[in-house]
Amino acid sequence: MNAIGANSLRTGPDDEGRFGMFGGRYVAETLMPLILDLDRAYREARSDPAFEAELTDLGEHFIGRPSPLYFAERLTEHLGAAKVYFKREELNHTGSHKLNNCVGQILLARRMGKTRIIAETGAGQHGVATATVCARFGLPCTIFMGATDVKRQWQNVLRMKMLGAEVRPVTSGAGTLKDAMNEALRDWVTNVETTYYLIGTAAGPHPYPEMVRDFQKVIGEEIRVQHLEAEGTLPAALFACVGGGSNAIGTFHSFLDDPEVALYGAEAGGHGVDIENGHAASMTGGIPGVLHGNRTYLLQNADGQILEGHSISAGLDYPGVGPEHAFLHKIGRVNYVPVTDNEALAAFQLCTRLEGIIPALETAHALHIVTQVVPKLPKEKSVVLCLSGRGDKDVEQVGRIMGLID
Amino acid sequence: MTTRIPARFVACAAENRPALVTFVMAGDPDPVTSAAILAALPAAGADVIELGMPFSDPMADGPGIQLAGQRALAHGQTLHKTVDMVSAFRQTDKTTPIVLMGYYNPIYVYGVSAFLSDIKAAGVDGLIVVDLPPEEDAELCLPTLEAGLNFIRLTTPTTDDRRLPAVLKHTSGFVYYVSMTGITGAEIKSHAAVGEAVKRIKTHTSLPVAVGFGIKAADDVALIGRDSDGVVVGTALCNAVATSLKDGKATATTVSAVTDLVKSLASGARRARQRA
Ligand SMILES: Cc1ncc(COP(=O)(O)O)c(C=O)c1O
Repeated sequence: MNAIGANSLRTGPDDEGRFGMFGGRYVAETLMPLILDLDRAYREARSDPAFEAELTDLGEHFIGRPSPLYFAERLTEHLGAAKVYFKREELNHTGSHKLNNCVGQILLARRMGKTRIIAETGAGQHGVATATVCARFGLPCTIFMGATDVKRQWQNVLRMKMLGAEVRPVTSGAGTLKDAMNEALRDWVTNVETTYYLIGTAAGPHPYPEMVRDFQKVIGEEIRVQHLEAEGTLPAALFACVGGGSNAIGTFHSFLDDPEVALYGAEAGGHGVDIENGHAASMTGGIPGVLHGNRTYLLQNADGQILEGHSISAGLDYPGVGPEHAFLHKIGRVNYVPVTDNEALAAFQLCTRLEGIIPALETAHALHIVTQVVPKLPKEKSVVLCLSGRGDKDVEQVGRIMGLID
Repeated sequence: MTTRIPARFVACAAENRPALVTFVMAGDPDPVTSAAILAALPAAGADVIELGMPFSDPMADGPGIQLAGQRALAHGQTLHKTVDMVSAFRQTDKTTPIVLMGYYNPIYVYGVSAFLSDIKAAGVDGLIVVDLPPEEDAELCLPTLEAGLNFIRLTTPTTDDRRLPAVLKHTSGFVYYVSMTGITGAEIKSHAAVGEAVKRIKTHTSLPVAVGFGIKAADDVALIGRDSDGVVVGTALCNAVATSLKDGKATATTVSAVTDLVKSLASGARRARQRA
């Protein structure tokens, strides 16, 4: 692999796992030999046609790829300007983009001879996707989930349990995604010989950010083909929400070298980025630091202690972001925009009523930016939103806020 | 170059015993009590002091050390205050080696060069930074060595012979062998395997080898200290602090809870190589 070249933004990371100054392998020595094994196994797998064939086959028949590119006619009418398309990742098996990555990594875990899978989850979508591939391949799995998230995403907890996973609630910290990740790392250090850590987003130590991106970039590759077919051009803009950043990097990656395609990532603005610890917008409101194996933008205090952050959406409630996004933010290729809880709630309801699609609260953050940017674009242009997940898991939470449940 | 660490290991070896390395968390349970604990450690029998730099996300630590860090942070501990604590300690103790142990982010945010010059001035002898493997040596390890301080690396059961030379390459002061794959405070599964591992590491280095993780009481110190040059105790001391507290606050017995345990551990170190 080459360093990020002068002519392309798509060649990263370098051999040390760096995207510019971001990324790297900041892990305890116990894990380091394993991370190196993983890197070797990943590269071997990618050069093995049998691996690619299995991935493609499962993509088609288990996940349901390609996902449709859908013209959101009523939303377009409502906004009265450029056309809006949805990339329907919520139609994937298990209801989000997360399965793209899980299928890739479970095949890798099997190749490496691992006999147990662990994962962290926030909204539970990654936990469900992991539990799903573990059921499919007959491997035991343990999912770490913050205790706060276990409460707000209980339907996904049930799904995981039905799929045979053990769900371990994590009570340290604020009981959200960061704490779940700490606990998963502690388990991994303890059971390093047998256990594969199936990270759910494009973050963590190298090679995870690269690997997760590679398993997710099918989203953008399909968008390119489907949009060309529908409109004869590339989209004027792409929109995705950013938790750790897996659906966003999967959406953006194929277009990084097409400057005419504007890229927008929605960060969790929570109660507002001016409120300390009231949001989870790590690029807008954080500074570079080192956590969970990589250097990236982090919400932290002046002493380097990591803040918990806040978002209405469990899947975005993480104080960091994947290193490739940190890099794309620093060089200005992607616009990362904070979106508040209330803005996301409004977009959630708009999409539900206008399109008959209940989006995940995570996705609703990106949808808000669509409603801000599209009115400024001429009618002959068109844009694509990555509809990363369906909102079934969120209806109780939103229903409460809307006063539909007492 | 600071020489307190090698000097202390040489002195312990001359007494035919392992060095007792004690880990306490800076600022736990509060700044004043923590300073008193630190000051009392050498007389109680600590040969080398590891002072924990609290971090919000201690990924390699079990509940005992996690909670110690949380208590310290809740009482306003910062890395600057930890450095000041060492300065104050050095006013009266010129010989006991102090190693700061923790995670990289607070150091990175402090600024590596400012941190190194401040800790050097304060009288720190070495650093252990859990999440900086040799692959990231340029980050802190090499600047630390250039500053004339020791950089102590962790080696683990997963560090095989192929990898060991790379891990030892820029290690100085001593080698810290982690007795198990696991987090601090867990149980050692096989004492014999630890002894074998220490012997294996010693064929690759002339540095002293200290063993840590899972060592809780005098008997463990005696057993592990037979084959190793040093024995590290951390979680047990943090737990001693925790059980001495009342409503989360230090009591009259907090300092002695720690020093009593250190005295007992030191007796284990003294008898480690005596015939049964
Ligand atoms: C539907 C959905 N979208 C987005 C995310 C955020 O993750 P990422 O940024 O890795 O895509 C999640 C995470 O749980 C999710 O469930």
